[in-house]
Amino acid sequence: MQQRKRTASKRLTNPNLTYHLMILPGIIFLLIFNYTPMFGLVMAFQDYVPAKGIFGSDFVGFQHFAYMFSLPSIGRVFTNTIVIAGGKIIFNTLLAIVFAILLNEVRVRWLKKSVQTIVYLPNFLSWVVLASVVVNMFNLDGNVNQILESFGLGPFNFLGSNQLFRPLIIGTDVWKSFGFNSIVYLAAITSIDPGLHEAASIDGANWWRRIWHVTLPGMLPIILLLAILNLPNILNGGFDQIYNLYSPVVYQSGDIIDTYVYRVGLMGRDYSFGTAVGLFKSIIGLVLILSANQTAKKFTERQLF
Amino acid sequence: MNLQNKSLAAKIGKALIYLIIIFLGLVTLLPLLNIVAISLSSSGAVTANAVGIIPVNFTLEPYKMLVDDPQFWRSFGISVQRVFLSLGLNMILIILMAYPLSKRKSEFKGRSIYMNLLIFAMLFNGGMIPTYLVVRNLGLLNTIWSLVLPSAVPVFSVILMMNFFRGVPKALEEAAIIDGATPMQVLLRVYLPISIPSLATVALFSIVGSWNDFFSGLIYMTRTSNYPLMTYIQSLTVDIQQMIQQGINSTNLSELMGVSDRNLNAAKIVVSSIPLILIYPLLQKYFITGIVVGSVKE
Repeated sequence: MQQRKRTASKRLTNPNLTYHLMILPGIIFLLIFNYTPMFGLVMAFQDYVPAKGIFGSDFVGFQHFAYMFSLPSIGRVFTNTIVIAGGKIIFNTLLAIVFAILLNEVRVRWLKKSVQTIVYLPNFLSWVVLASVVVNMFNLDGNVNQILESFGLGPFNFLGSNQLFRPLIIGTDVWKSFGFNSIVYLAAITSIDPGLHEAASIDGANWWRRIWHVTLPGMLPIILLLAILNLPNILNGGFDQIYNLYSPVVYQSGDIIDTYVYRVGLMGRDYSFGTAVGLFKSIIGLVLILSANQTAKKFTERQLF
Repeated sequence: MNLQNKSLAAKIGKALIYLIIIFLGLVTLLPLLNIVAISLSSSGAVTANAVGIIPVNFTLEPYKMLVDDPQFWRSFGISVQRVFLSLGLNMILIILMAYPLSKRKSEFKGRSIYMNLLIFAMLFNGGMIPTYLVVRNLGLLNTIWSLVLPSAVPVFSVILMMNFFRGVPKALEEAAIIDGATPMQVLLRVYLPISIPSLATVALFSIVGSWNDFFSGLIYMTRTSNYPLMTYIQSLTVDIQQMIQQGINSTNLSELMGVSDRNLNAAKIVVSSIPLILIYPLLQKYFITGIVVGSVKE
C-alpha cells in the first residue's frame, strides 16, 4: 500500500519534462515571430539601412520621434484614429444592446432565428468582400444615392468626401458587427431571473420601466466589462476596412495610424520612421490595456488576464 | 377604457419592435443580395446601375468568364492550401501549449515563465515593419510559409483552450495516471475527446482568420501569381474603387475601361465567400457558443 502510493505520487510529479517538451515548439514560434520583431523595434532609434542591418545601422536617439511630433499630418492621423475607433466602439455597443433587447421580445421563433442567422453573417466575411459591397451601394449612382434622390436628396459622394467618409466607415463597421456583438448581451438578458420581470409587472411597471429597472441593470456588469476591455481598441481604427475603402482624397479624414505606417513606413521604405510611429502606438496601447485590466479587476472582479 | 388603451399601446409597441427587427435584418441582407444580383446581371445593366436585389438581364456569363481565369483558381488553391497548413499547425501548437499551461504552478515548474511570455505577446508586438523584416530575413517572402508561420501560435486560442482544459475534472486524469498513462496519453485519451466543442471553436477561428486575411499576402508576396485569394481580389477591385471614390461615376468608369468588369468582380467575390457560407452552420453552432461561454462565464 505504502509502496503503491509512493510510485503514484512519483509519477504525478514526474511529468515536468514532458510538459516542457510539449510547450517547446510553440514557444520557439513565439520567440521567432513575436519576440524577435520586438528586438527589431531598436530600428525606431536608428537610421536603419537594410544593407547594414540592425547591428550595423547608426543610432540617432529620439530623432524620429521628434520628427513625428513636428509633422502636422501626424496629429491628423491620431485624431482620425481616435474619432473613428471611438465612434465604432460607442455605436457598436449601443446598437448591439438595443438589438439584443428588442430581439429578446420577439416570440415568433422562425423570425428570430432567421434574423439572427442574417445579422451574424457579415461578421465572418472579409473586408475585401464587404468593401466591394459597400462601394456598390455607396458610389455616386449606387443604390443608396438612388434611394436618396427619390426623396430629392443628394447625390452624395460618400467615398470621396471628407465630411462623409468617417460616418461611412463607422456606419458600415456597425453594420458588419452589431449582430455578432449582440450575442453576448442576448446571453446576459436571458440569464436575468424571470421572477424579477414578473414582480415588476405585478407592481404595474410597463415595458419601458421593466427594461429600465430590470433588464438594463441586469446587463450592466457585462456592459461595463466590455466597455472597459474595449477601451484599448481606441487606437485601432480598423486597417482592413479603411485600406479597402480609402483613397488620397479622404486621407484628411480617414487616414489612421496603421494605414499611415503601412504607406509611409513599408511602402515608402522609411522603415525607421514607420517603426517609430508603430512603437508609439504600441506603447500607448500597452498602457491602455494594462489600465483597462486593472479597472476591470477593481470594478467587476473579472479580468482579461 | 384605460385597460383597452393600454393593450392597444402594447400592441403598437410590439408591432414596432417587430418592424425594427425586420428592418435591421433587411438592411443587413439586401446589400449582400445586391452583390449576388450584380454577378448574375449583364454588363449593360450593371453599368446603368439598374440592378437592385434581383438580377437584370440574367446571365451566367461572369461565372463562365471566371472559370477561364487561371489566376483566380491559382489563388483559390493557395488559399485552400494555406487554410489547411495553418489549421494543422495551429491545432497542434494550441493543444500542446494549452495542456501543460492548464496545470497548476505546483504541478508544472516554470509554468509562470511560459504564461508571461504568452500574455506579453498578446499585449505588445513589434508591429508591421519589424515583423515584415523578420519574415524577409528568414527567406520566407513569396513562399506559402510566410502566410502560415508568423501566425502559428494564436495566443487567444491557446488561452481559451487552457481555460477549457482547467475545467476538466481532475479525477479523470488521476484515474488514468494510476492506470499508468503518460502525460501524452492523458492528453490524447482523456482531454481531447471531451474537448471537441472547444477544439471546434478554435479550429473555426483559425479557418476564418486565414481564409479572410489579405494583408499577409499583400506584404509578403511580391508576385501576383503567389497571391492568396483575398489579396488577389483586393488587387483587382482597388483600382476601380479608387476611381469611383475620386468622383468618377460608374458610367464614365465603364467608358474609360471599355467594358464593365463589375459583374465579373462580383462573381469573384461571391465564389470567394462560398467556403465560408458552406461552414456557416458550423460557425453559428460552435463559434457563437464559444464566444458566449468565453465571455460570460469565466
